[in-house]
Amino acid sequence: MQSTQSSFENLRKDFPILKRTVRDNKHLVYLDNASTTQKPNQVIDAITDYYQNHNANIHRAVYALAEEATEAYESTRDKIANFVNIKDRQEIIFVRGTTEAINLVAYAWGRTHINEGDVIVTTEYEHHSNIVPWQLLTQEKHAKLEYIGMDDDGELILEDLDKYLASGKVKLVTFSLMSNVLGTITDAKKIIEKCKAAGVPTLIDGAQAVPHMKVDLQDLGCDFFAFSGHKMLGPTGIGVLWVRKTVLDTMSPFHGGGDMIREVHKYETTWNDLPYKFEAGTPNIADVVGLGAAIDYLTKIGMDNIREHEIELTKYAIEKLSNVKGLQIYGTKDIAKRGGVISFNFADVHPHDVAQIIDEEGIAVRSGHHCAQVLMERLNVAATSRASFYIYNTKEDIDILVNSLNTVAKVFKL
Amino acid sequence: MSSNADIYHEMIVDYSRNPVNYGKIEDHDVTFHDSNPLCGDSIDIDMKIDDNKVTDIKFHGKGCAICMACSSVLTEITKGKSLEDVRNIEKNDVLSELGLEHLQAVRIKCALLSLKVLKSALYTYIGKHLENSEDVDKLKEEAANLY
Repeated sequence: MQSTQSSFENLRKDFPILKRTVRDNKHLVYLDNASTTQKPNQVIDAITDYYQNHNANIHRAVYALAEEATEAYESTRDKIANFVNIKDRQEIIFVRGTTEAINLVAYAWGRTHINEGDVIVTTEYEHHSNIVPWQLLTQEKHAKLEYIGMDDDGELILEDLDKYLASGKVKLVTFSLMSNVLGTITDAKKIIEKCKAAGVPTLIDGAQAVPHMKVDLQDLGCDFFAFSGHKMLGPTGIGVLWVRKTVLDTMSPFHGGGDMIREVHKYETTWNDLPYKFEAGTPNIADVVGLGAAIDYLTKIGMDNIREHEIELTKYAIEKLSNVKGLQIYGTKDIAKRGGVISFNFADVHPHDVAQIIDEEGIAVRSGHHCAQVLMERLNVAATSRASFYIYNTKEDIDILVNSLNTVAKVFKL
Repeated sequence: MSSNADIYHEMIVDYSRNPVNYGKIEDHDVTFHDSNPLCGDSIDIDMKIDDNKVTDIKFHGKGCAICMACSSVLTEITKGKSLEDVRNIEKNDVLSELGLEHLQAVRIKCALLSLKVLKSALYTYIGKHLENSEDVDKLKEEAANLY
């Protein structure tokens, strides 16, 4: 498939929601993809087909339906392994989403490996899901949480990391591969290289990166990696945690229950093999199947083509928005270092007011702190408006957004 | 109301641009702070209270136009009122003043944050000065269930 605008426009027909109108008969201009993405028929149909034709519980029963359900569920694990280049499918654990993945690590790895006086390092541009679990853990263990600072271009100040690593107390460094507010793409390989030299494991929050660019876990060399299905055309309530086998072997279970056990006796239990040791209870089978369909869909387009499409849109949007008087864009303007996420403020108008006024034009942008209050504090703003792009967005969407800002200017007499 | 954007009429925009009673009272008799966890709006209210009357009130904080306009109007309504009258201020006293009676659910918390802060400030004061715990509990409940 060629990465031309027209071939991407052709994809729009796969997304039934894009045909609807909102408010006063306005076409939907959906620009909140960093929050969640819309679903193509291929994904919706896969879930329906699962419930209509194959629904059964997995891994135990011997009848035909159960075999089909198990096969559908497990085949997604293989698709994930191919999609982000994982060698061993046993390292892939299905979870509800990135938030649960990070909490799983904080609980099942952190409670064994973090002790009093230890340090966990995160960054100033993390989502709350990569801050709060570590606050809970460090408070419980009397350990310390430190932050890699961010410069005014929205890039991490890696000298901070050097300083923390030199203390010899760091037990984990955790960061997002792409900021959900600024779109900054983290120099992950550099961070991992420093951490490896210090013998410190690394966790990557891949929620914003995996849907938008080629990610290769073997190339990255981290120890934990998490991402969510719903930000990459898949259903809500399903996500992935990958943990390096040698690390996974040192972790205690997360939830106790069915499927995660080998033998249960009155007072003791032995654990199932990986990854099932970490997948207690009946999992979200239908949505795992849906995620598999989403991966098929993205693979067919090609992640490099998707990245190229978004670079084109982001470049166009930054150019157009930069021409709007009084509009401030946050983060780097170096397209190579950012994904398709643009946070901005328009003069002194509060982002909620911007979002509400342009909602009348059918435009869906996010306004608020984007679950990144530490970053908002660093930027010294209460909130921002955020437009974020995906495969079905067009330059016309951006034109509609830019034009709608005229209405905002008129209302607020800018 | 034909359109949600109609809420951005002259009065709202003017109040948000030039808020009334904006600032701090250093020698306040009571102060209270609250915020909306989802949108990050954040309001503080300071009050001077004499002889069971609000003799001065100021607010400060960050918020959208709806939040700032409603906070302004609320402080105007409150100033000079007896504590009993402040207690009786209702949602619609604020909303109707600005034509926001039909505000959509997602924005109502912007409009009523300052009222929640005001009521919380009031019960804080009453709790400290009147020692009538039954009254305070009732007010607390009232403030918590505002929206």
